[in-house]
Parts: sequence; structure tokens; C-alpha cells
Amino acid sequence: MSPPTATTTLDEAQLKVLGAGYSYASISDKISDIVLTRPTHWGWIAGFSLCSALMLMFVVAASYLFYKGVGIWGVNIPVAWAFALTNFVWWVGIGHAGTFISAFLLLLRQTWRTSINRFAEAMTIFAVAMAGLMPILHLGRPWFFYWLIPYPNIMDLWPQWRSPLVWDIFAISTYVIVSILFWYMGLIPDLATLRDRAHGRLQQILYGLAALGWRGEARQWRRFDTAYLLMAGLATPLVISVHTVVSLDFAIGNTPGWHSTIFPPYFVAGALYSGFAMALTISIPLRAIFGLRDFITARHLDNIAKIMLVCGLLVAYSYAVEIFMAFLSTDTFEKAMVLNRMVGPYAAIYWIVILFNVIIPQCLWLRRVRLNAMALFAVSIVVNLGMWLERFMIIITSLHRDFLPSSWGMYYPTVWDWAILIGSLGTFGWLFLLFVRFLPSISMSEMRKLVLEQHQGKA
Amino acid sequence: MTNAPQLYGLIAEFKEDGKLVKAVKQARAEGYRKLDAYAPFSVDGLSEALGFGRDGVARLALLGGIFGGASVYLLQWYSAVIDYPINSGGRPLHSWPAFIPATFEMTVLGAALAAFFGMLILNGLPRLNHPIFNAPDFDLASRNRFFLCIEASDRKFELAATRAFLENLDPIKVTEVEN
Repeated sequence: MSPPTATTTLDEAQLKVLGAGYSYASISDKISDIVLTRPTHWGWIAGFSLCSALMLMFVVAASYLFYKGVGIWGVNIPVAWAFALTNFVWWVGIGHAGTFISAFLLLLRQTWRTSINRFAEAMTIFAVAMAGLMPILHLGRPWFFYWLIPYPNIMDLWPQWRSPLVWDIFAISTYVIVSILFWYMGLIPDLATLRDRAHGRLQQILYGLAALGWRGEARQWRRFDTAYLLMAGLATPLVISVHTVVSLDFAIGNTPGWHSTIFPPYFVAGALYSGFAMALTISIPLRAIFGLRDFITARHLDNIAKIMLVCGLLVAYSYAVEIFMAFLSTDTFEKAMVLNRMVGPYAAIYWIVILFNVIIPQCLWLRRVRLNAMALFAVSIVVNLGMWLERFMIIITSLHRDFLPSSWGMYYPTVWDWAILIGSLGTFGWLFLLFVRFLPSISMSEMRKLVLEQHQGKA
Repeated sequence: MTNAPQLYGLIAEFKEDGKLVKAVKQARAEGYRKLDAYAPFSVDGLSEALGFGRDGVARLALLGGIFGGASVYLLQWYSAVIDYPINSGGRPLHSWPAFIPATFEMTVLGAALAAFFGMLILNGLPRLNHPIFNAPDFDLASRNRFFLCIEASDRKFELAATRAFLENLDPIKVTEVEN
């Protein structure tokens, strides 16, 4: 055995959830100063400019789509669902990791969630906002989107309750509302801190209004804690249900490659997989640009990487089960679908998915990789890409060749498909950058409690 | 309108959460009842020390959840069975398993809305101003200081005696808060 001293001390210092030497005051100041006093970092300006340009592209692409119709995309029969649905599933999935971090890890009393839950929740809201736009953009007659909502109307019509698309609008809109409430509620005490520390009159008024008059009275805290815990308890099954409903959009149909009972757990695992990848993609530059390495430590990155590894293995298992079940069923169409994915016209995408989602992430078994921010960043990008391609594969390869060879076809994206995808990324980034500039990206009140626990030797 | 600024209470400022909890317990033992304790984070045991029992948020959330779920289930049943019966692939009109997803989502939504707005309303928020914000240094209540306020409307409140009592609790300082 090698002498363990050097490595253990390094690891112990690195794997704390909070750097040493912080007090209530210094931790509040450091986080609120990012918003209140620190000059804008050049990295933020550069990122914001780029994202603004991409957001404008998104606006142009969506406007042209509304003007001209979905014909500007590559979709047609038989592939009537393509990029928009792929983007939808991908963005919803990214949102799920945020809720998982803030709600599920809260219920499990994982103290390491404290410094990452706020921006993870913001990631959820912005990702779900992007996701929610996609089906509406795809509607063809988007101004009638509210027909999915039950309301008394002069047409005397009701939604078809047995349709997963109706379940979808209930699931997604509930998810958006609950995510926003959960995020805003956590923000209230921090907005009060900003109100009390702001020097400009405008800042005082705006943060003061947003803080709703929070005083930090003991009874207020008590009700706040109860409500926060309840919201976490509600959000946890909600996340599972939302992606289950998303997967049912596919699984309820009888198309080979969609019609499978493994879809709900398979999709939930995939959602968390890509979501945790996105959490890494965001947190690694965030902590570098704003100097937050004491709050988002190697321990956080290590833990996120471990969860990614587990989700990745579940996803890999689902891939294997799909192949196994197709051949076990001896169903001609299921077998043809699996073979078509592997050697058909879209085979390259299948094998890239396997490489990106199954093979490359296995390097996360190595502690060296999990403790190396650059390597993790690279892996997170690979998984993000891989998970987008996986959804593309599930949607397109299942549709383009179904039962009748005479109705087979191909799908090729147009420039407008790409503009919507890349534009949605830019819009997401644009919203996120505004968030980190104007709101505390780490929960100060929870960090103060973490300081207390650190002093008491619990954290 | 009252002419002279009335006294809202006396406020003592502390450096540590432990001292605040102890001060609250002593003030309760002394017979003070109109106490408010302010902290920059949720301090364990503080609301219990104030004699605060059940907070009522959970009950509201339960009611909200039941209301959300039951109403949307009823809506589905009414629209699919009574108002607009459609034979969809030979399934029964009251095909309850298909009604579960919307019911579940609305249960969660109802409970979450009730928890959020219940918390705000029970806390008396939103509120534009409060006398406690007149206290000097109170901006630190959201940063690193802990405060105990004994309201002037307390039956046992006497300016000199209460001040002496608070001074005894080892605070940083004791000040008067105007209404």
C-alpha cells in the first residue's frame, strides 16, 4: 500500500461542500455582490452578445414559421414529427435534473445540493420554457393551442381525455407553474437580502417589491420551511410523472420503436442523464467566471458525475432491452426497426448515440476524470449531444419506415429546423445569463445555514 | 392620525442564533408574550421557543390537492360521460385509468398553489412596510444578525424594566423601534 497521507488530505480539502473560513456575513456578501456591485465580467458580456444574436435568430425563425407554416421545415409524411419533438423531449429532460437536484436531494438531506439548487431550478424553468414552445411551434395552427385546455366553448367540444397529448399539456403546464413557484419561494429570503444590501434606490425598490416584505421572523421561517418541504415532496413525483407522460406520447402509439412499456423509466433515466450533463455544462463555466469555486466545489462535480454515470447505465440497459425484446417478441416489424436503426440510412446516428451515451461516459468510473473540471465539461457536452441524437433517433427512425414499405420515406432537416434548435439554445442561454446577473445564483439563506452546520461540524 | 410617533417595541440585537433562542426562552419565562424573533436563516427550535404550534400550511396543501384532483376528475367524468360521450375505440365512456394523468397533475398543482399562497397569506405577505424596518441595523437581519423584539402592546411591557431585561441577555445593543 502506498502512503495515503498526501492524497487523502488533498481529497478532503477538495471534497468539502463549502470552502473554509466563511461567515454568515462574508457568504452573503460574496453571493450578493455578484448581483449588486461587481462589475460585469467580459465573459458575461461576450456570452450575452452571442446569446442575444441567437435569440434574435430564434425570433426570426419562429416569425417566418408563423407566417409561412410548418412546410418550411423538413417534416412531411411519413416523418411528421422531427426536430421540434426532438427538441421538446430534450429540453424537458434537461429541466428534470434541476427539479431532481432541488427537490429530491432536499428530501434526502443531501447538503451538497445547497449551493447548486438555485441555478439548477433556473435551468429547469428556462429549459421547460423552451420545451413548451416546441409543440406550439409545431402545431400548424398555433393560435389554437388552447383547444387542448378544457373550457366551456361555443363549439360544444371537450378535449379527448384518453389522448396523451392532452395529458401532456396538463403535465407540462403543471410542471412549469410548480417549478416557478418552487424557485420563487426559495428566492424570497434572498431577495430580502438584496433589498437590504442594495444601495441604489431603484434596486431597493425592485428587490423590495420582489421580496414581498419578507422579514425573516421565526414564524415566517417556520411556514416557509413547511411549504418548501411540501413543494419538494410534490415536485419529486411530478418530475417522474412529467417525463412518463412525455414518453407516453410515443408509447401509446402502435409504431414499432415507440410502442413499448419500458418507455417511461427509460425516458426518465434519459431525462436525468441529459439534465445532469447540462448542470455540469452550466456550473463549470459559472463557477470559473464568477469565482464560485468555494461554493461549487470538486465535491459537487464529483457527485453530479456519479449520478450521470448511474443514469447512463440505466439508459444503456434500456437500449439493450429494446434490442432484446424486439427479437424475443419475434415481431417482424420490431425486428426490422431495430436492424434499420443499426444498419439503415440513419445508422451513423445510432452508432454515435451508442458511442456518446454508452461508451465515452464510462470514463466517469475514473476518479481522476470526475475530479477534473475540463474533462467533465467535455463529457457533459458529449452526453448532451448524445441525448439529443438519441431522441432524434427514437423519433425519426421509428417514423420513416413503419409497416408498409410503399410509404417509407426520408427526413432531412432544413435550415429553419437548425435555426429553431440553435436559436432555442441561444434563448435559453440568454435567459440564464440574465438570471445570473440580476438574481443570486446560489441560495444565500441556505448557505448561511450550511456555515452554521460547518461550524458545528456537521457538514 | 396620532401626533407623536408611538413606540412599536424594544429590539435587542444578537450575534449568534444560540443567544437568540435562549433570549426567547427567557422572555417567555419572564411572561412576555408579544415576541418576534428575526433571523437570517431558519433557526432550529426558534419557532417552538416562541410557543408557535402547528403552522397550518400542510393542511392547506392537503385541501388544495384534494380540490385540484377531485375537480379535474369530475370534469373529465362529466365531459366524457354526460356532456360529450364519444365511442373511442370501444372503450367505456368512464375509462378511469385514462383520467389518472390529468387528475394526478392537478392534485400536485392544487397542493403546490395552496402551499405557496397559503404560506404567503398566513405570513401576512406581501406587505409593503412594517414598523420593524424602522429599527436601526435591521438590514442585517437578512445577513448575519439575530433580533428579538418585545412589542410595546405586550401587557407586561414597561420601557425601563423591559429594557433592563433585554440588556441582561447579553445583546450587542438594545434600541427602541418607532411605529
